[in-house]
Amino acid sequence: MTTTPAADPAESPGWTGRLRRRLVGTLPPEKLMPDRQPAYVASWIYVFGVLTIAALIWVLVSGAWLALAGPQWWHTSAVGHFVNSLHLWGVELFFFCMVIHLWGKFFMAAWRGRRKLTWVIGAIAFLASIGTAFTGYLVQTNFDSQWISTQAKDGLNSVGVGAWFNVLNTGQMLLWHVLLLPLVLGVLTVWHVLLVRRRGVVPPFGAEGRESGQPVPVAGHGETER
Amino acid sequence: MTTTLRKPVSPAAGWNGPTRSYDLVKEFVIALVVMGLLVVGLAVLLGSPDEGSVTLRQWAAADPNGFVATATSELAGDSTSAGYGPPYNTNGNGQQLGPVHLQNGAGVREPVDPANDFVLTPLRSIPGDPALTGALDRYTAASGDQQATWAGDYETALGNAPDNDPAKVASGDYGPVPELTGRLLTMALTGGLDAALTSQQGFYASDYTKPLLFLADGDYLAGKADDQHLSGDQWGMMNETGNFPGQAWLWLYTFWYQIPPFTHTANADAWIWALMALLSLVLVLVPFIPGLRGLPRYLGVHKLIWREYYRQHPR
Repeated sequence: MTTTPAADPAESPGWTGRLRRRLVGTLPPEKLMPDRQPAYVASWIYVFGVLTIAALIWVLVSGAWLALAGPQWWHTSAVGHFVNSLHLWGVELFFFCMVIHLWGKFFMAAWRGRRKLTWVIGAIAFLASIGTAFTGYLVQTNFDSQWISTQAKDGLNSVGVGAWFNVLNTGQMLLWHVLLLPLVLGVLTVWHVLLVRRRGVVPPFGAEGRESGQPVPVAGHGETER
Repeated sequence: MTTTLRKPVSPAAGWNGPTRSYDLVKEFVIALVVMGLLVVGLAVLLGSPDEGSVTLRQWAAADPNGFVATATSELAGDSTSAGYGPPYNTNGNGQQLGPVHLQNGAGVREPVDPANDFVLTPLRSIPGDPALTGALDRYTAASGDQQATWAGDYETALGNAPDNDPAKVASGDYGPVPELTGRLLTMALTGGLDAALTSQQGFYASDYTKPLLFLADGDYLAGKADDQHLSGDQWGMMNETGNFPGQAWLWLYTFWYQIPPFTHTANADAWIWALMALLSLVLVLVPFIPGLRGLPRYLGVHKLIWREYYRQHPR
């Protein structure tokens, strides 16, 4: 048996080594988990991003708890009803924080400086959240579900979507709600957060030039061009 | 908060100006705890609504005349479901966006035949009833025109009867229709119709398309929703049973249903969906839309957000 000298891990060949170098190069640990921030990050508006994620975690935990016992459990159990209340208020707070976060980022024009994709993914996550919450209302298996589904079918059918996304099919909606849409929302959320970590927090108007490699605003246009 | 001129540990996004200390993990843990306290506090204080589902049995007991009228309209072919069009049947044209028929284009993927699915098939599941079997045989042996005439005439007679009471209908030739709809009412009152409509798909049931369509064809469900301010013209989409908050984030979607021209068009759903799709696309593509992407600079809210920075760096 012959052995070869241990290669420098940083130069490790093969797909794994290349992928690792690419990942670490794109998002080194100090960017992923920074312990300093630009000094301009000093407003309460900044906490609504992390609060949105915190609320989402409570929604996922309470939702998983509800899923463990099945869709009918919360109608007959006091504990189940309480867990449903946790889920409801988690969702309400999630949207409250997310909408403030979204408006805050709009007022900051947070897409400046190679951050367009961060905005796009965040906005798509907002829309996916609406769809996920909507399917939650459809699978409550109560009067709400009956009324909302029979009303919503007309909108979905009118543009042909209802033929594949049947809101009257409770089993189909349950799977969308507990698996497919949370998966989509989870991926979008992680992607959004990683983009925020990679690109950092958008600087104030007029400070773009202090970011290395960033463009300078075009006078009179009110926009930053790349 | 401490602000220094120290270079960031990482060139985080390449910021070359002053930085401050920041503890990502601590911030996240505090957010999680604060949000947890809020969620638990609101759940304990306010709870959540759970208005029980409406059964066909409840509907039949609470509004037997309305139930019989709806069953008759299914046989007559003029209920909402019977004339809906795709994806349930080909009896209606569906909605359209100008010349574009997206609803028709999707085709019939959830076939529903209201007369058979909601009335005749459930009645056939009742064993050992020669009178009912005779009524069913007579109805099914008749021509389509004859069936429509019987059901249509009976529907008209029900509409003219005091309180729409089947017992007070003027005499006429309605064929076996009064017998069929009366038996369906009896079946519903026992709870048998609830089971019959869901069991059409086999032992396991998870698709409630048919019972929900039948329920929605009547006025009982809509009346209960109206009482709770859940109707479309009551901004119902963002309301909830009781005094609980609903899907407030749908405010813009439900707004369009309150104003002309959408209040006056049969294609309102399609147009509002198209409009919301367009607005959603605009939201996603804000960074690429000239004018809109530059708007925040002129709105001035950023001066409040970065007031500390601008105080230290006057322009």
